[in-house]
Amino acid sequence: MFRKKECVAMLLAGGQGSRLMSLTSKTAKPAVGFGGKYRIIDFTLSNCVNSGFDTVGVLTQYQPLFLNDYIGSGLPWDLDREFGGVKILPPYQGKKRADWYRGTANAIYQNMEFIEGYDPEYVLILSGDHIYKMDYSKMLEYHKEKGADCTIAVIDVPLSEASRFGIMSVDESGRIYKFTEKPKQPDSTKASMGIYIFSKDKLFRYLTADAADKGSSNDFGKNIIPAMLKNGEKMIAYPFSGYWKDVGTLGSLWEANMDLLSDPSILGDESWRIYTRHSPSAPQFIGEGAILENSSVTEGCEIYGRVENSVLGAGVKVMRGALVKDSVLFSGVFVDEGARVSRAIVDSDAHIGENSTVEGERDNIAVVESGFRVEVGKNFQDLREER
Amino acid sequence: MTVAGLVFSNVYDGALPELTARRTMAAVPFGGRYRLFDFALSNMVNSGISRVGVITHNNYHSLLGHIGNGKDWDMSRRSGGIKILPPLVRAYENGGANILPTTRLEALEGVIGFIASSAEENILFSDCDTVCNIDLRELFEAHRRSGAGATVLIKKMTIKERLGSGQRYFCEVGEDGFLTDVYAAGRGSFSGDLLTDIIIFKKDYLLSELSRAISHGGRDFYRDVLAVSVENGQVFSHRFEGTLMRISSLEDYFDHSMSLLEKEVRDSLFCNLSRPILTKVRNSPPTVYKEGSSVKNSYIADGCTIEGSVENSIIFRGVKISRGASVRNCVIMQDSVIGRNAELCYAISDKDVAVRDGRKLFGYKSVPLFMPKGANI
Repeated sequence: MFRKKECVAMLLAGGQGSRLMSLTSKTAKPAVGFGGKYRIIDFTLSNCVNSGFDTVGVLTQYQPLFLNDYIGSGLPWDLDREFGGVKILPPYQGKKRADWYRGTANAIYQNMEFIEGYDPEYVLILSGDHIYKMDYSKMLEYHKEKGADCTIAVIDVPLSEASRFGIMSVDESGRIYKFTEKPKQPDSTKASMGIYIFSKDKLFRYLTADAADKGSSNDFGKNIIPAMLKNGEKMIAYPFSGYWKDVGTLGSLWEANMDLLSDPSILGDESWRIYTRHSPSAPQFIGEGAILENSSVTEGCEIYGRVENSVLGAGVKVMRGALVKDSVLFSGVFVDEGARVSRAIVDSDAHIGENSTVEGERDNIAVVESGFRVEVGKNFQDLREER
Repeated sequence: MTVAGLVFSNVYDGALPELTARRTMAAVPFGGRYRLFDFALSNMVNSGISRVGVITHNNYHSLLGHIGNGKDWDMSRRSGGIKILPPLVRAYENGGANILPTTRLEALEGVIGFIASSAEENILFSDCDTVCNIDLRELFEAHRRSGAGATVLIKKMTIKERLGSGQRYFCEVGEDGFLTDVYAAGRGSFSGDLLTDIIIFKKDYLLSELSRAISHGGRDFYRDVLAVSVENGQVFSHRFEGTLMRISSLEDYFDHSMSLLEKEVRDSLFCNLSRPILTKVRNSPPTVYKEGSSVKNSYIADGCTIEGSVENSIIFRGVKISRGASVRNCVIMQDSVIGRNAELCYAISDKDVAVRDGRKLFGYKSVPLFMPKGANI
């Protein structure tokens, strides 16, 4: 009898996330900063370890350098294990073929051997671009209880937004009878959260068939799920009702950061800690004359100016007379005296010069790229138009 | 040049009875998110030391919890890493009485095995009541060049600092940099430098001097080992110019904590990017400042919720300052809760203290009010 794991988690972290514009020019979407000291992927990894899932394959492809480094041995999430733990799975060159991951399903297909190494009964498929807290062990229980071949986590979304999601029609017993990717006329408000549990043998059978199909786009939502539905496999919806936010766009990323200010339990829940890789920094210093209102501030910050409704990453400096309002500042950002930043996401180590301005709007958040310098007295929007 | 570290975690516990009632000096919280031990260990790690023994005596549960397996200092290693050295208790000698070591020399006698088995050629001593951020490689280099058996880190002190320095040792230095005399505070001239307890020894020299002193019935490290070595012209010195705090009493602890509100002090301790002070990772979320909060000139760690007003204070991780509360000139340690409309001035709260709504507690600058761990006020 060899050692085995009941369930292996596979985390799809290879996406570019091009709608996040400059934030993902050098890193994959799951590695984008969030909430001052976190990365988006911290939520999924923390969910895994808090749910008791200690074997996680992270599939990387787009700009993996930072993500590889960030995950490292998995120590911050307690996922540095001898048997199991977190493993980075990049595309590789095989004896017969070498290929990029051609789609979400193909990425898993290429790593069936990795999964087989743990001889699991179940495979949990996750994506690394959502902010939420979920106990996957309860979903696995549900999957087993229902005797499902595939269980898909679903959340109710407003009908007006339903066309952005994969939408499922579910009967009274919880069985899914129809699945449409981004329907123009949605007939249900149950959206797929991109979280699937498969019974492994079924999953492998469909992945293998899909790989042989030249016309397939090798995608879970477009190919695997519809094929299983068509063949009458038992597909079950697992209803989820907690906080869940897709942070695929600048607007939603900004909103999710603002949600932290109105709901401190997202990060402050001691029973469901969100773990992250820490870089050592001293406490925050709040100087004479600083005004802080409804804001979240991280270690290493020095605040002498005014900060309202904002989320500040580690080591941010806001000098005297500066105003930071309704904004998200990543680590190391410097806001010089008299500068004004509002409705903006400012990426790491950007420099906002004296008396300069960065001003976005609610439906058009300004984004300052990493390391960018807004010169003294300039307006960031003008600078952007010049370039 | 290879160096192994040896940290004395209990020395001078008696100087700070309030904070060391249930923990070692090493485990005393300092600076919002640190323990005094973090400074000793981080200095060693940042100076390339990869094997450290921690000499313990009593009350070391809290320290064990803090160190864990040493991961947070990158000191969880197969070879070297951090090793806790519990006191050697001779159960079957002394007529069966369990005698704990009572002096530094006896403690060293108990860890001769650790010293002798280290592959490193030098052993660095450090106590835990010293707060500084230092590149010890400068000390190592001075030691190597001098060829001395031992090299001590010394520090010029003002008369005021000297008077507040408690039971310390001072030294006189000759023109060649070698020590000519070592003596306890209160005796001798006022010109000498402070002898910090950061000392590097050649391992073989240390072992032979320890065995000589022990076999002659020696009990006191300074008198029977160091002073003898000074007489033999074997102790070189290296003077440290940066910020160095010695914590000799609760008032001292308070003053040094408050000095962190000065930018130069903070910068010299915490802002050297190549020499970060490392500590146990606690996974606290960022600190949240609610609407209506007012904060001035304060040093605040992560994981706090601030609704009230805070001025000239040091606030540790996970503290809650409720609405209407006013905290001025205080040190509030981890996970304490200050209730609504409570008022605190010149107070030190240990961990997990709950100050109920509306309580008013005032100390004075020179006599800060102390609230022990877990107190409910």
